Amino acid sequence: MDATEHPDRPGVRATGGTEGGSVTGRPLGVGSQGVLRGRGLFSPEVATGARVVPIRQGPAPGPALPAVHRERCTNEVGGRPCRNYAVLDGLCRLCLPPEDRALLVSAIDDVVDDEPRGGIELLEALRDAVGDEALDLLRDVAGFLRRRVTGDYEVDEFGFDPDFTDHVVLPLLRPLHRRYWRVLSVGSEHVPMRGGGLIVANHAGTIPVDALMTRLDLYEQTGRHTRELAADLVFRSPFLGHLGRKTGATLASGEDADRLLAAGELVAVWPEGFKGVGKKYKDRYRLQRFGRGGFVATALRSGTPIIPTAIVGSEEIYPLIFDLKPLARVLGLPYFPITAQMLALPLLGPAALLPLPSRWIIEYGEPIETASYGSDAADDPMVVFDLADQVRETIQQMLYRNLMGRRSVFL
Amino acid sequence: MGEGEASRRVLITGISGQLAGLLARSLEQDDRVTYLVGLDNREPRHDLERTEFVRLDITNPRLARIIAATDVDTVVHLSTLSTPRQAGGRARMKEHNVIGAMQLFGALQKAPQVRKLVVKSTTAVYGSEHDAPALLRETDRPSSPLTDGFALDASEVEGYLAAFHRRRPDITTTVLRFANFLGGHLDSVMSSYFTLPAVPTVLGYDPRLQFCHEEDAVEVLRRSVLEDHAGTFNVAGEGVLYLSQCIRLAGRVPAHVPMPLARAVSAAVRRSRRLDFTPEQLRFLQYGRASDITALQRDFGFQPRYTSRQTFEDFVGRRRISGLIDRAEVARWERELYDFISRKGQERFVATRRGM
Repeated sequence: MDATEHPDRPGVRATGGTEGGSVTGRPLGVGSQGVLRGRGLFSPEVATGARVVPIRQGPAPGPALPAVHRERCTNEVGGRPCRNYAVLDGLCRLCLPPEDRALLVSAIDDVVDDEPRGGIELLEALRDAVGDEALDLLRDVAGFLRRRVTGDYEVDEFGFDPDFTDHVVLPLLRPLHRRYWRVLSVGSEHVPMRGGGLIVANHAGTIPVDALMTRLDLYEQTGRHTRELAADLVFRSPFLGHLGRKTGATLASGEDADRLLAAGELVAVWPEGFKGVGKKYKDRYRLQRFGRGGFVATALRSGTPIIPTAIVGSEEIYPLIFDLKPLARVLGLPYFPITAQMLALPLLGPAALLPLPSRWIIEYGEPIETASYGSDAADDPMVVFDLADQVRETIQQMLYRNLMGRRSVFL
Repeated sequence: MGEGEASRRVLITGISGQLAGLLARSLEQDDRVTYLVGLDNREPRHDLERTEFVRLDITNPRLARIIAATDVDTVVHLSTLSTPRQAGGRARMKEHNVIGAMQLFGALQKAPQVRKLVVKSTTAVYGSEHDAPALLRETDRPSSPLTDGFALDASEVEGYLAAFHRRRPDITTTVLRFANFLGGHLDSVMSSYFTLPAVPTVLGYDPRLQFCHEEDAVEVLRRSVLEDHAGTFNVAGEGVLYLSQCIRLAGRVPAHVPMPLARAVSAAVRRSRRLDFTPEQLRFLQYGRASDITALQRDFGFQPRYTSRQTFEDFVGRRRISGLIDRAEVARWERELYDFISRKGQERFVATRRGM
């Protein structure tokens, strides 16, 4: 294919044979096959009223292309500066007057010589339009997909999959944390930045989303992944079981907790268990029994501090007014909730199943040191019960304080 | 031990098995082993140089006479079968595994010269439980009764072994609980499972799996024969893999089967004779299991050469499992996208244009 002058418009190079701009044979640059064939968006034939002007010196394409920190477009679009990459006279490709666009294309034409580079031009325009952040994101997503498709990721022996958690689960939870429940986080300086720590929090909300929110909040505040101790029901259920494991949860057993704390992980536990999540709305913010204090024994064995944590707001997302015990027994569930919004089911349809947008406060209290008791104290029921009571009392006080402090449930 | 480190006379049961063959070959290379004899009712499949082969079913009472006649001081019991097909039915398998082991322990009890007994077991004795600890220790017990035949047999054999140990405490007994074997030679349920055209999984469940490389297994067995390590040990590669991850690493396609259909599908797969997977093993595909190998590392001073993941990748590489999805291909796509984004594609394109 020889380069010829365009029959009608001298100066514009007609290429590739017919006016339709078929690209034959040669690849349009790597990655563009099949997708970006044909004439580019801004090739002279497409840009209407293309006027051929003597070439001004645009940024010369070639190996010396600056990849980062390019000049940005100074034009204003809708009152805000258009931050696209500038290509000519401080203007981006989209803000250029049409004739200059054509000019730019022909300038590239001249340097690169023959063959339509439709794909390249489209790419250029696309890149200028979306900016760096979007491309970095695209790159991240592509890398993630590649790792997923080929199985090229690591999980720890508990089944925690940081790659999946960081790229799928946490991004899905973030809007809930920031926008829906507008979680206010207080006292995150009490959470150890390294080494083991046991987060002990109140449990509420009919479905245990408070665990997910605490986990995300801790990650946002400290950059550490928290390992939750979850009920065996979670691991028995399909989907939930492996999703729980992949996000770092493990069975609430002494063995697993000891192992995690010994490895210097941040472990979170909700000692109330189902008694807490499944309690009625009239009992809201009233802490239930803290089991047998197994979490205290675990902390004592490893000498890690206990961080009492109070979550306010979780009680109001699904106000549980009735527990259908017989149905729960049939289904093998600890309780079967009838929540306030379910009464609106006939009116609102499935929308009635959404949680209410209460405003949340998560407060991390001062750590309670356990190392001074020595690891033998784990077998001393008096020490264990005393500490468990102390933790419970602290959380209850924090809950009352935060409840008094809030203006309203939803604002 | 009285026999000393200098010489060992070793008897291996189930010599026609892959693992036993590999172990015999490895022991043949060792000068400390002066005499090797293998028992089985089939010819060994491996080229063995100085191992004497005795054709004898392990359930045969003549076993005691052979142990006395060969004057062995170390017995390695590897003849436990893991699938019914190998034995010709579940009843035969149970007879072979349990009665065979009882027969062997009975014979050993009356053999004063024997100093050591090494028994192959499996981590299946822990069962597959949703409420099991993340890493099972040797002292852990399954919380619900075992259903899988092989696991049941292995746990019964371990029970008889404990009784035997009480009667003959002078014999060093080593129980090795191996995770699922994978490697270039060993055929196991798992190795044929991952070579199915589409790998059936139970919908909604993604078990954690752990693998033991055959080379590590042989090495641990060899050390148990040549050194003294009394007790029970888990043997597996470090780390765990999700089943979904295994399938992707192998480039296979999963076929998610809902739980109500799983039994029928597993029976169908079994009838196709490609895989001897009993429906009792479904729990394993739901909950999997992983074991703690710190006892092995501490007592043997041995670090398995292959992690679970390396074991699996080595298996995929050696068996030349070619998947529908090629890892190199996917990596190439991603690189091309990177180039596309980072202008390299354009630069390359321009360069080729210029070169013309």
